[in-house]
Amino acid sequence: MFHICLLMFSPQNYPLYIRSVPCQNELKFHYTVHTSLDVVEEKVSAVGKSLADQRELYLGLLYPTEDYKVYGYVTNSKVKFVIVVDSSNTSLRDNEIRSMFRKLHNSFTDVMCNPFYNPGDPIQSKAFNGIVSGMMVQTVCVF
Amino acid sequence: MESLTLSDVEQKYYSELFVYCDTDNTKKVASNGRVLDLFRAAQLPSEVVLQITELCGATRLGHFGRSQFYIALKLIAIAQSGLPLRVESLNSVKDLPLPRFVVGKNEAEARHAALYQDADSQGLYPAPGTALIPRPPGRGLQNKKGPPSSTSLPAHEVIQPLAPSIEAQPEPTSPVISPHQSPPTSPHSWRKHKRQHSGGNADRQQVVAATGAVWTQFREPQTGPVTGDGMWSSHSPPPPLPPSQESWVSFTADTPPSSTLPAMHPSSVQESTTIRTVASAATTNEIQRQSSGYDDPWKITDEQRQYYINQFKTIQPDLTGLIPGSAAKEFFTKSKLPILELSHIWELSDFDKDGALTLDEFCAAFHLVVARKNGYDLPEKLPESLMPKLIDLDDSAEVPEPAAEVGFSASPVEVTPNKSPSMPSLNQAWPEMNQSNEQWETFSERSSSSQTLTQFDSNIAPADPDTAIVHPVPIRMTPSKIHMQEMELKRTGSDHNHPTSPLLAKPPELSEETKLPPSMKFVAANTVGDGYSSSDSFTSDPEPITRQRSQSGASPEALKVVAPPPPPPRPQQSHSRSSSLDMNRTFAATAAPGQPQPSAIAFPPAVPPRPLPTQSSVPLTGHRVEAEGVPAGGAVLTTTSPQQIPQQPNFADFSQFQAFAASEQPSSLPDIDKHSEAGQADKISEGAGPLRTVKSDGPADERTSATVNSAKGSSGPLAPPPKPVRRRLKSEDELRPEDEQIGPQKAAAIAAPLTSQPSISRSVGKDKKAIQASIRRNKETNTVLARLNSELQQQLKDLLEERISLEVQLEQLRPFSHL
Repeated sequence: MFHICLLMFSPQNYPLYIRSVPCQNELKFHYTVHTSLDVVEEKVSAVGKSLADQRELYLGLLYPTEDYKVYGYVTNSKVKFVIVVDSSNTSLRDNEIRSMFRKLHNSFTDVMCNPFYNPGDPIQSKAFNGIVSGMMVQTVCVF
Repeated sequence: MESLTLSDVEQKYYSELFVYCDTDNTKKVASNGRVLDLFRAAQLPSEVVLQITELCGATRLGHFGRSQFYIALKLIAIAQSGLPLRVESLNSVKDLPLPRFVVGKNEAEARHAALYQDADSQGLYPAPGTALIPRPPGRGLQNKKGPPSSTSLPAHEVIQPLAPSIEAQPEPTSPVISPHQSPPTSPHSWRKHKRQHSGGNADRQQVVAATGAVWTQFREPQTGPVTGDGMWSSHSPPPPLPPSQESWVSFTADTPPSSTLPAMHPSSVQESTTIRTVASAATTNEIQRQSSGYDDPWKITDEQRQYYINQFKTIQPDLTGLIPGSAAKEFFTKSKLPILELSHIWELSDFDKDGALTLDEFCAAFHLVVARKNGYDLPEKLPESLMPKLIDLDDSAEVPEPAAEVGFSASPVEVTPNKSPSMPSLNQAWPEMNQSNEQWETFSERSSSSQTLTQFDSNIAPADPDTAIVHPVPIRMTPSKIHMQEMELKRTGSDHNHPTSPLLAKPPELSEETKLPPSMKFVAANTVGDGYSSSDSFTSDPEPITRQRSQSGASPEALKVVAPPPPPPRPQQSHSRSSSLDMNRTFAATAAPGQPQPSAIAFPPAVPPRPLPTQSSVPLTGHRVEAEGVPAGGAVLTTTSPQQIPQQPNFADFSQFQAFAASEQPSSLPDIDKHSEAGQADKISEGAGPLRTVKSDGPADERTSATVNSAKGSSGPLAPPPKPVRRRLKSEDELRPEDEQIGPQKAAAIAAPLTSQPSISRSVGKDKKAIQASIRRNKETNTVLARLNSELQQQLKDLLEERISLEVQLEQLRPFSHL
């Protein structure tokens, strides 16, 4: 069974959204993701202010652990997306991850457009959940 | 067991109940299901029931004998009347009302006929799930009927989803009820339906028999809701009532939302509790939302929509506009729904995800809020009927409710004019929709008419950035397009156009040079006309600006924009050989400049003395041309060298042409005209080029100027505007000493031929020679420029090589830094 976990962090690095498939081993996922935050920060700050405009939103493979691959993505408002996938998911290509991030970003934008959503609140939007579920299932079931 | 004295009524009632419970007919009623159900139907707390069973001795006996049963019933009655349960009270309490059972028995119904009426009215609660009774959202108002005291009482509201229980009803009711039911059975059945649904309890189905009566009994104390029920006495849904709007109004007025939104049917039993509380609060509200029946709970009735629209207007007066998210948030927060639900509602209704609500989206959101407040669960997806209509023209197709909303008379007129995509979905009167459809159709027709719009020449506009009037002029795609462009440019240009026209008309002797690029003609015309470097404006060159400037500098507003000639003549102008039109234009163009005009007209006859000063000022013109880009002399050159680069950035040297014109008779005009047709841009560029070259010549300028002057002198009739003339006059004197200043450009060749013209008379033959000379000059200029080009190319190559070598060195050094 392939695992995939998605987390979103606010600019202040507290989680906005956590979702994993399957639901077990969540803690391990969470731990991995939280440690990856350091890497994200490092990448974000490493680019420097001068290149802020050119910094890509997609951070790519943050670092591979023995079991998992961690991908990062940062929006312009410093909201971070982190995806953890099994290393055994070899067929999960980079551009697929990119497209996932893009979809996530779009969905997140939709959530932000909701005036009832206060930035910084955990995301409870059903639509967002639906999209994430669909994405995860699709990713997991592709193999 | 104490003896139990029962009144006759009680006796009868109890015996009936016993019979009912005594399914086995053993005269002993064990604690079977029916008894339990009955006791449960008594709506008493379970401990009370236990107590009762104890008291009556059933626990002792293990079953309910008739006496125990009777005692139990009596105790139930006692308990229901609020008296403490005492065995002694069994007999002492007088006038004890009969025990009331929610899932009442038929006998009770029979006994309490009065209640039947209420029951009947209540029986009209919409049949759950089925369309027996139209189930308008307004109907669901049984909320308010819910007896405030009975929280345990299942929602009286007929709950649509609980349809299944309907089927079970006839069966249980028939055996027991029939003999005792005086009122018609249909209401009973409905009542039972209702009861069942309201009970939400499958068990009830068994005891449906007396449900109606029981309900009525139960409801007896609640007169308030009953009266409300009375309103529903008719099966047919009452017409939509404005009171519904009251509810909405009060909603917005921040009154308890529950009381104000009784319109919607509670969709689920789970909501019943909330609804009941709501209903209880709204018991006094006798609003009946019986919009015309429809099965889709999400449809918006007309009055609702009208209400929504009014609310929309309070936030955003423009019905086609958007409500920003913040305003909508405040508005819907007033509904006191939890933020999470509001967030979900927003997600559903903001169809285009833009953070703002159109009218349609707002109506959908409002409708969802109303539904939610009435207990409906929010859907996962936006219902179809709430989807904002995105296509205007689909109104007729999208208006779903044909009959229901037709009767809507108060359709707001303000909706009609609104053509926004959101409006079409309004269920307005058909005529309005049709009307708006027509409007949309006409609109679309209009839009399709764009095809008939004439094609505009985009070149014209950018070509004349400095001109005040830049109007798109239809371009005829004829071979003479360029010529026409030139004409247009002339027209739109500040002034020079006109001078060109006369120039164009002029040189008859240039007829042999029809192949000359239009710029030539143009230049010739210019020179003939007024010696302006106005050719700038004509060309669609990419250097209109410079030319413009030159023109503006060179040509005073004498030749201001003349109204563009009508298109028809233009094709004629394209006619290469026809000088007549050019003449017309020439004359028309020269209307502005006084001098050019008479000069133009007088061109054929003779050359005014102008040429002299023009001749002298030719060098200055050359200078000016350099700055402005309109070399008249260059024009001459260009005319003489048709095969030269068409698009030279130099302008024709109008001064030369003027000289030409002076010397050339009208015979040159047609030639010039032809040239101008070919391409004014070329003319200008070429004209400028030669002039520049002329100017660049240091020592040669003198001769150049002389030649130019002579040329100009020959073209006297269309004398250059006073300014250029003056300039030329001035420059002439300065030129000689300033020859060196002109610049090291290669124009010696040009100068030579020019100098050969000092003595050019105004004869036609001299013009020919001048043209030939200019041709020669241009050729020489060409060669010079080519040489220069090759040299520069060589230099570029060298530089590139150098750069490559440097880069290589850098690369060699670089790797070390990468480590």
